[in-house]
Amino acid sequence: MKVMRDLGESSALAGQAEPAVIEVRDLRMRYGPVEVLQGVDFTVRAGEVIALLGPNGAGKTTTIEILEGFRVRSGGQVRVLGTDPAGGDERWRARIGVVLQSWRDHGSWRVRELLDHLGRYYAPYSDEGRSRPVPTDELMAAVGLTEHAGRRVAKLSGGQRRRLDVAIGIVGRPDVLFLDEPTAGFDPEARRDFHDLVHRLSDLDDTTILLTTHDLDEAEKLADRILILSGGRIVADGSADRLAREVSRDAQVRWSVRGEHFVHATDDATGFVRDLFAQHGDEIGDLEVRRATLEDTYMAILRKEER
Amino acid sequence: MNPTLHAVRLGLARGWIETRHTLVSRQEIGFTVVTSAAMIVVMYFQRDATLPGTSISLAAVTLPGVLGMLAAFNGLLSAVGGLAVEREDGTLLRAKALPQGMVGYLVGRIVLVSLTTLTRVLVVLVGGLVLIPSLAHTPPSGWLTMVWVLLLGLTATLPLGAVIGSLVTNPQTAAGLSMLLTGGLAAVSGIFYPLSALAGWLQALAHVFPLYWLGLGMRSALSPAGAAAEIGGSWHTLETIGVLGAWSVAGLLLAPPILRRMARRESGSLMQMRRDRALQRIG
Repeated sequence: MKVMRDLGESSALAGQAEPAVIEVRDLRMRYGPVEVLQGVDFTVRAGEVIALLGPNGAGKTTTIEILEGFRVRSGGQVRVLGTDPAGGDERWRARIGVVLQSWRDHGSWRVRELLDHLGRYYAPYSDEGRSRPVPTDELMAAVGLTEHAGRRVAKLSGGQRRRLDVAIGIVGRPDVLFLDEPTAGFDPEARRDFHDLVHRLSDLDDTTILLTTHDLDEAEKLADRILILSGGRIVADGSADRLAREVSRDAQVRWSVRGEHFVHATDDATGFVRDLFAQHGDEIGDLEVRRATLEDTYMAILRKEER
Repeated sequence: MNPTLHAVRLGLARGWIETRHTLVSRQEIGFTVVTSAAMIVVMYFQRDATLPGTSISLAAVTLPGVLGMLAAFNGLLSAVGGLAVEREDGTLLRAKALPQGMVGYLVGRIVLVSLTTLTRVLVVLVGGLVLIPSLAHTPPSGWLTMVWVLLLGLTATLPLGAVIGSLVTNPQTAAGLSMLLTGGLAAVSGIFYPLSALAGWLQALAHVFPLYWLGLGMRSALSPAGAAAEIGGSWHTLETIGVLGAWSVAGLLLAPPILRRMARRESGSLMQMRRDRALQRIG
């Protein structure tokens, strides 16, 4: 999976063979006079990791809540694991993992006690090749909470609390996992641990993951594909690479000659640098070639949409 | 493994775990100590007074009523407060995200409320046994009556509390509303002074609500000699069963659809909205 992700384009092609796990067609959501979602379309295939990006208030959380079956949509078709989430039964529910933006529940419980208890709800729902729940010790090790097993949940730090939320989200070894801003409040180390966890879930358990985040670097690292939600629609859908190329093929080349600094934008950075060396040879210094980052791409797409 | 039955069993486990957490929490111990002490003090000052026209200790008449009131308040307030708080902190949503989680949640709540109520009743009862020697002579049939009256009191009030907790969206309103309701009911319950001393329309009002009957039933169990002091000179056992039973049936019929509707509407962003509002109140 990792290798395919690095190949960018080919992963999208390879993904076509997998069955669709999430299918959204013309999804609409209206709150009073405001239509937050105005016809959202996308498909997620088995084993994909998808990042849903967009400005605040674009409807990311609403979309996720509809897919989780927590909110009834105003219109359109939605299928998650072949079932309409609005009518999902308990067997369907057992295959879905949910991590919401914020919880403060079960403060008086101890970490191991809570994971153990919540995990037991999944025991009657083991599938072929998916034994439910994940053993508590294994789960605590996976999210780095082993040393806090006996702690009261209310006494955990913000980052530890979030890791517990993620642990509860995956305790049932879900086929599909929804994560709404999972890394808010994480320090860099916790963030990297979380990224490793997402890769493991995706690679080893073949979990399909849909996450929202405001951290574009995170989206680029984790996601096979990025969806940008703006103005109630999906305005971009593709790998970070592909989106960047759609917006602009230009790369920025910076260099210096005898202490004087230059910048040049080009769609053929390799050719430009080759010419540069042919012309100036050893006098070139401070060479830097920078392609559009996901942030540049994201901002460009949003600006285009606003116009 | 039947999944629903499995969830019921998990709910029992959950209720037991939460009861353990509650009983050792400082807040709960403080609450129990203060309320129990207050009630025991009332009985202490009444210990030498007698029910007018009889030789029955006034304390022996107050205590059963107080125990009934404890059960009713606990049933109502814990259900209202618990739901309001757990909707805001995400416990309910967590239950919704689990397969059969709502079944486990509800069973757990019922176990928790019942067990904590029982504990509070026991604490005051033990205090009463020390202060009121006659209480120790209660025959087994009296204790049995106490148990069924308490259970019926719980079934009459707990679902009602769940209904109020589902309809009211923030904990402050929920707490205020239920305090008002229970305070008003306690005033006309006949627990602290005989109902016959109240105006006719207040008596009629008291007869509609469970609290009067709960107190009456408890007195019939623990202070059986005092029947003459009651309205009509009788314990009205059948009416007690009838009224408490009617409230139970009404509550048990109303609560599930209202709870289901509330749970169906519950979502993360709604929870967030309520929390933001709560923060604004504080800030």
